[in-house]
Amino acid sequence: METDSATAVLQARGIVKIFGQHRALDTVDFDLRTGEVHALLGENGAGKSTLIKILTGAYQPDGGEVLLQGTPVSFRDPLQAQGYGIGTVYQEVNLLPNRSVAENLFLGHQPTRWGLIRRREIDERAAALLATYGLEIDVRAELSEYSVAVQQIVAIARAVELSGKVLVLDEPTASLDRNEVDRLFEVVERLKSRGLGIIFITHFLDQVFRLSDRVTILRNGRKIGTQPLAQVSTTDVVRMMLGKDVAFDHHPTGLSGAERGIPRVTFKGMGKAGRVAPFDLTLHEGEVVGVAGLLGSGRTEMARLMFGVDAADQGSVEINGRAVAVKTPAQAVAAGFGFCPEDRKLDGIFGDLSVRENIIIALQAKLGWFRALNRDEQIELAGRYAEALDIRAANHDMPVKLLSGGNQQKVILARWLAIDPSVLILDEPTRGIDVGAHAEIVRTINRLREEGLALLVISSELDEVVAYSNRVVVMRDREMVAELTGDDVAPDVIVRAIADHPTRQEPSA
Amino acid sequence: MNTRPPVFPSPATPPPIARPAGWASVLLRPQFMALLAVLAVNWVLFPGFFNITWQDGRLFGSLIDVLNRGAPVAILAIGMTAVIATKGVDLSVGAVMAIAGAAAAVMVTSGVPAWLAVSVALAAGLVCGLWNGVLVTFFDIQPIIATLVLMVAGRGLAQLITEGSIVTFSDPFLIFIGTGSVLGLPTPIVLATLLMVIAALIVRRTALGLLIEAVGVNRSAARFAGISARTLLLLVYSFAGFCAALSGLIVAGDIRGADANNAGLWLELDAILAVVIGGTSLLGGRFSIPMSVLGAVIIQAMNTGILISGFSPEFNLVVKSGVIILILVLQSPYAARLVQRKSAAPTSKGRQP
Repeated sequence: METDSATAVLQARGIVKIFGQHRALDTVDFDLRTGEVHALLGENGAGKSTLIKILTGAYQPDGGEVLLQGTPVSFRDPLQAQGYGIGTVYQEVNLLPNRSVAENLFLGHQPTRWGLIRRREIDERAAALLATYGLEIDVRAELSEYSVAVQQIVAIARAVELSGKVLVLDEPTASLDRNEVDRLFEVVERLKSRGLGIIFITHFLDQVFRLSDRVTILRNGRKIGTQPLAQVSTTDVVRMMLGKDVAFDHHPTGLSGAERGIPRVTFKGMGKAGRVAPFDLTLHEGEVVGVAGLLGSGRTEMARLMFGVDAADQGSVEINGRAVAVKTPAQAVAAGFGFCPEDRKLDGIFGDLSVRENIIIALQAKLGWFRALNRDEQIELAGRYAEALDIRAANHDMPVKLLSGGNQQKVILARWLAIDPSVLILDEPTRGIDVGAHAEIVRTINRLREEGLALLVISSELDEVVAYSNRVVVMRDREMVAELTGDDVAPDVIVRAIADHPTRQEPSA
Repeated sequence: MNTRPPVFPSPATPPPIARPAGWASVLLRPQFMALLAVLAVNWVLFPGFFNITWQDGRLFGSLIDVLNRGAPVAILAIGMTAVIATKGVDLSVGAVMAIAGAAAAVMVTSGVPAWLAVSVALAAGLVCGLWNGVLVTFFDIQPIIATLVLMVAGRGLAQLITEGSIVTFSDPFLIFIGTGSVLGLPTPIVLATLLMVIAALIVRRTALGLLIEAVGVNRSAARFAGISARTLLLLVYSFAGFCAALSGLIVAGDIRGADANNAGLWLELDAILAVVIGGTSLLGGRFSIPMSVLGAVIIQAMNTGILISGFSPEFNLVVKSGVIILILVLQSPYAARLVQRKSAAPTSKGRQP
């Protein structure tokens, strides 16, 4: 490790953070130098936000230590971290939109005389401060009158003013357009030349390459590596984010496009402005189509359109050659679709309902109010699918929230198998679950394909995607950019497809 | 074929809260204990409390009186239970009572047949409920605010219908709804019991109950599972409006007049209380209509007890709140853990914090 305590302003050594039985961070090292922009990359659940929360005092580490300019420190809360010189700016600006720009800059430490706030001095100092950021605006106007980019810069100015050594930028560009991004980057460059250490979190790879000096990549709570960006390519970075540390061992699935059955469902020109560019996709009987792409590439948005969670504003759906309306999830279920959403807790499980009820609920919704499944039918169904998927629950009357994440995921899968679906969409079905449940879900995907189901599986784990997919479609910048078949269903080909054209910007709506 | 992984020991999950089945356990619930305690206190204060006599072809007595007086809130609580199960609340039921009473009274005094007046009043309740439902589902307004609109405006509407005065009537059918009797039992008791049985059967024999609970537990997940949450919410709020209208007819029939200012005043709060005492969480999910009715009976038993004991009515509110706190504490997860720990004390081991 090229860590040099002399130039490192902030260091983390062997950080461990455990939530329940899950190791969110496993002996992670990190170092930030003065006058550098250090990008932090990783997919959802990789541990980025946990690491940031530890560095800024929101969480306490379960192991390891944080050093500020070589001295071990332990922050009680983000306020104390701020006092030590570490400021954070989030994607959603945490300021008061209905107060003036100047008030926002000095809120909580206004210059006063005899207990009274000195308005004019605040305004003058605010204007002078923002001028150093190249921002000449009326500081007496309400903050909400300015664009998000300006608000973002005000937030940065406030954070730097209060702290001054380290600035953490958490997805600052997610809601900015191209010009605004340029403007923000100018400010960041300026701060860098002033000697601040800046941690930059984003999922836009091109911005990482444009702005950052070094990058640290996390995956599944471990540090994969820290590299100067001058020495790596986009492909290297994507591989570090998604793949194994060593070169991929390419084991073809033996599945090819030729073996698939008749078309089951066809999505024609389906899209929604600002979410997903129009795409065409046909799912066949007995076929698994994998979806690869980075976070924010539009992969989840595509699945949501297909299932009617978000209504598409163009395109059509055909099932067995017949056009059907899929504008709501209820219609999708009626058409024989099932969907395991990415956020299991928020969109999937009914925590307080029993395992049994969680399994039969979609079938019951499909049958309607008056064809109620009686208790015996419910017990039989729940028993059958719990057995088939090896759901481990003490009994099926216990609330599903008491099960482990893997078992909850299997319950949701069981819920969709119970409606005897013809098309099943799985969004990150193996994220955040234990190894045993992981294997069971991959086995189930293969078994369902053999039984003739059409499946669409979104996953960040490329090894997994190539293990069960007949075809892989690649999403990038909210667009379907590649469809890989045959021998091209291989991790290195997918990585290249994802990393292609790294200079492209996100198309604005 | 399908090779299974070695069987791991089943995951270490805390045991579900023990809930022994059968009637014995139902009678051991805190609500029944509370009712028995309240009745016992009433008996001590007023030894004739349990006397029931047969007079003029109907039953009389303090117990009958408790049920009769409790019927309007019990009926409100039946509708309120369904609303609260969806994680909502309906503050407008008191005002809807006033609207229904006013509409029926004005119609019968102007010569409209009683059956038609009653039907229109009930339909008005349905429409009021539907209005609430539309605000909650289509405009996505929080239920407490959406129904607050009708809580305030509804009473004004009722006053417009009665033109500001108390409209008295002598229509025998309306009076029968409030003070008549069927097979010796006061009509309000019969109506509340019928509604309770029918509503409980409908929600448990069809899938409605489960789907309502699903929407209440997690509306987003309900949508993903293909449940038409909107239709369900419209139905539930309409039903609450219907219940409120029925309750309003009873109250109007009882005093033989429609008092737009006072009919049903603050009863929405009693109804919410009855539901909570019955064990349905304000956070939505699991619900029981009979238990909510029991909650309404407990509230009325307290009211009656304080009245007949000769205490001044001012005591009513204070005593009531004391008993309610006691019931809620007994129902709390903390109390359940305490009981579990006591009963499992010898074998207790490694409990998670």
